[in-house]
Amino acid sequence: MTTVDSNPGTSAGPGHHDEGSYLNSKYGPIATVWDWMTTVDHKKIGVMYLFAVLFMFFLGGVAAIGLRIELLEPTRIVDGEVTGAALSFLVTDGPVSQASAGKAYNQVMTMHGAIMVFMFIIPGIPASLGNFFLPLMLGAKDVAFPRLNLASWYIYVFGSLFGVFAIATGGVDTGWTFYTPYSTTTGGQPQVIAMVLAAFILGFSSIFTGLNFIVTTHKLRAPGMGWFDMPLFIWAIYSTSIIQVLATPVIGITLLLLVFERVLQIGIFDPGLGGDPVLFQHFFWFYSHPVVYVMILPAMGIISEVLAVHTRKRIFGYRAIAFSSLAIAAISFLVWGHHMFTSQGELAAMIFSFLTFFVAIPTAVKVFNWISTLYKGSITFTTPMLYVFSFLFLFSIGGLTGLPLGALSTDLHLHDSYFVVAHFHYVMFGGTVIALLAGMHHWWPKIFGRMYHENGARLGCLLVFVGFNVTFFTQFFLGTQGMPRRYASYVDEFQIYHEISSYGSFILALGFVVHLVVFLHSMFLGEKATQNPWGGLTLEWETATPPIEHNFHHEPVLTHGPYDFDEVVPPGWDPKDYPLPEPPPEGSKH
Amino acid sequence: MATIDTQHTDLPGTGDEKLPLWQRYKHGHHWRNADDEFDAAKIGIWLFLSTEVLLFSGMFCTYAIFRLMYPESIAAGSGYLDWRWGTLNTVILLLSSFTMAMAIRNVQLDQQKWARINLLITLFCAAAFLAIKVIFEYIPKWSVGKRPGALFNYPFATESHESVWWGIYYVSTGIHAVHVIGGMVMISWLIYRQGKRAYGPTHYTKMEGVGLYWHIVDLVWIFLFPLLYLVH
Repeated sequence: MTTVDSNPGTSAGPGHHDEGSYLNSKYGPIATVWDWMTTVDHKKIGVMYLFAVLFMFFLGGVAAIGLRIELLEPTRIVDGEVTGAALSFLVTDGPVSQASAGKAYNQVMTMHGAIMVFMFIIPGIPASLGNFFLPLMLGAKDVAFPRLNLASWYIYVFGSLFGVFAIATGGVDTGWTFYTPYSTTTGGQPQVIAMVLAAFILGFSSIFTGLNFIVTTHKLRAPGMGWFDMPLFIWAIYSTSIIQVLATPVIGITLLLLVFERVLQIGIFDPGLGGDPVLFQHFFWFYSHPVVYVMILPAMGIISEVLAVHTRKRIFGYRAIAFSSLAIAAISFLVWGHHMFTSQGELAAMIFSFLTFFVAIPTAVKVFNWISTLYKGSITFTTPMLYVFSFLFLFSIGGLTGLPLGALSTDLHLHDSYFVVAHFHYVMFGGTVIALLAGMHHWWPKIFGRMYHENGARLGCLLVFVGFNVTFFTQFFLGTQGMPRRYASYVDEFQIYHEISSYGSFILALGFVVHLVVFLHSMFLGEKATQNPWGGLTLEWETATPPIEHNFHHEPVLTHGPYDFDEVVPPGWDPKDYPLPEPPPEGSKH
Repeated sequence: MATIDTQHTDLPGTGDEKLPLWQRYKHGHHWRNADDEFDAAKIGIWLFLSTEVLLFSGMFCTYAIFRLMYPESIAAGSGYLDWRWGTLNTVILLLSSFTMAMAIRNVQLDQQKWARINLLITLFCAAAFLAIKVIFEYIPKWSVGKRPGALFNYPFATESHESVWWGIYYVSTGIHAVHVIGGMVMISWLIYRQGKRAYGPTHYTKMEGVGLYWHIVDLVWIFLFPLLYLVH
């Protein structure tokens, strides 16, 4: 297709007179709220998702800080008084006991895990940045099913309310994994059921988002955009969506069975009635391991985008990165057993161990390609790029510490210890959250039309990086020395590590406060952003900042690849932000 | 399929208001044309159906595992089911799948009267399926104590783990029944909209979508029926 204006509906004709920024309000305050609440615009839904998941991140973060305060000192009985039970007030008005300390700790730990996993990190990047940028990068006017998209947001909010109700009324202490028989016997009856149903409901929102993105990618690419002309972020989101659609129904049936088990005692997971509790673990991880890649794949997509733009270099190994996303999605379904190395037969454990190492290969392919991209690039040390470096550093540690856990012999020593905690926080936080921050800074000007304060954001990045490492690197030592997970107390020898870890978490929290200030400052006082402040070549930079309501004035036609920095001057390029590197003189080309 | 030209059928002031709804249908503003929209809707439905398959695969997996663990208990529990009711229900669902497919064909050919009749038969079959299920299967079994898990108190049970069988039976057929109810709601909606002539040769996306859903509900039963009723 060569004609530019192939769809007359997009040009300013009758019925399309509104071409202002999607953020501009045509109405009064109440009508504006109503407009947002009923919008089917993927950009507004993306922004609403962004605020919702960040709020959940805040709640989960408060719980995390609570845990670290509790762990500052072990629960001890000194002169008949229980000390070091900082969270006890949550469960008892009466005298503090070691039992109440443990109970409070379990509840706050469950709150942290359940909120962070189900309400923050699974929907996190795809539903917020993905929702906003997937159609823009494809040159589409919206996702395939806009109303389904809005429904997904409401279901997310509804499910989260369920979960927050369960947590606020206290009594969920099962851990986010809901292992039987904890989840069928402990805690308050309505609360645990509410929490399990919350996860069930949130699954629908996840499926709807994933389904929408798959169809959008198939059917709404701009004319001229083949599969290998798509930005790598789209490949990542597409692979994520496949996992979401195929894995989530399995957790759906699992959680339903769990609710039936708890309410009717149907006996499927209850050994007393002939059931099998390990079956629950298999079902649970058949979903929850692929979902680890739902968390990390979009993060990898962001890194590919941000890295290429901020080094002004064609991404190295485009196809390798694209296919590795699909490979990860496929292999991710085959490794669930490594969560149960100690509760299954030897042969099964060996097979799962092999597959676990196997899934590391496409991941490593990505990391090597990113590093190769840096070579001879014009690296700018903007905040998004600083976060990319943080990602490469932290994610590599997270990935490499996964290997001793995937190896059967070392896992015997390390399983269920703080080593595991540190490992998955390096992957989930050092990977996903760091990439989310990279993406938020990278796309912030496009979303809100204003620049952020660069040095303020750099300071936040520094604090987050240092705080994170102090918090979690310490936990590797704790784990190798034998500190088990999920305990409110510990032997005195571990106290110094726990103290360092807790102080680190306070630095980390301070980093987020700095980021919050920078974002608020930017929203109200930030200078207006130009159309293309970083000089990106993907389609979202070809429209106004912030984008107009229908995304593009004319249906865009792809004339260059997403990473052709050598040949193309970026559209809407304002050289006073970041100057283009001098083009090499004619003769010097090879 | 035929090219759909709905883009130019809704010009204002040309008397289009008299056209039936399906001819006045306009595709969503973010689509290039109605064909793309239709194709996308179909991909979406198929993806949704894949989630349904995986949902039920969890139940099939549970069934397989407990069959391996307690073959005698599963066989004994299965023996209490009456294959004749199961067969009747299978025939009913197959018939309803056929009438659903016919209704879509009728709409494509603008045979609105036949489309209505076929949709009504489909709805009736769904209701009959549920009625048989509840009246002749759930109630008699539940009342003699053939209940799931801890509620199980059938005095003449011969195998120790029959309660697990009943857990699997009630949960899998129950989730299937919920899907039948969901299908009935959607088919009722189709009947209402079809009465307003919302579906015709150039626009029948929702008919097609509900039809596909109805077939998967049927298909799940086709697997449940032999596993629960026939295999001993």
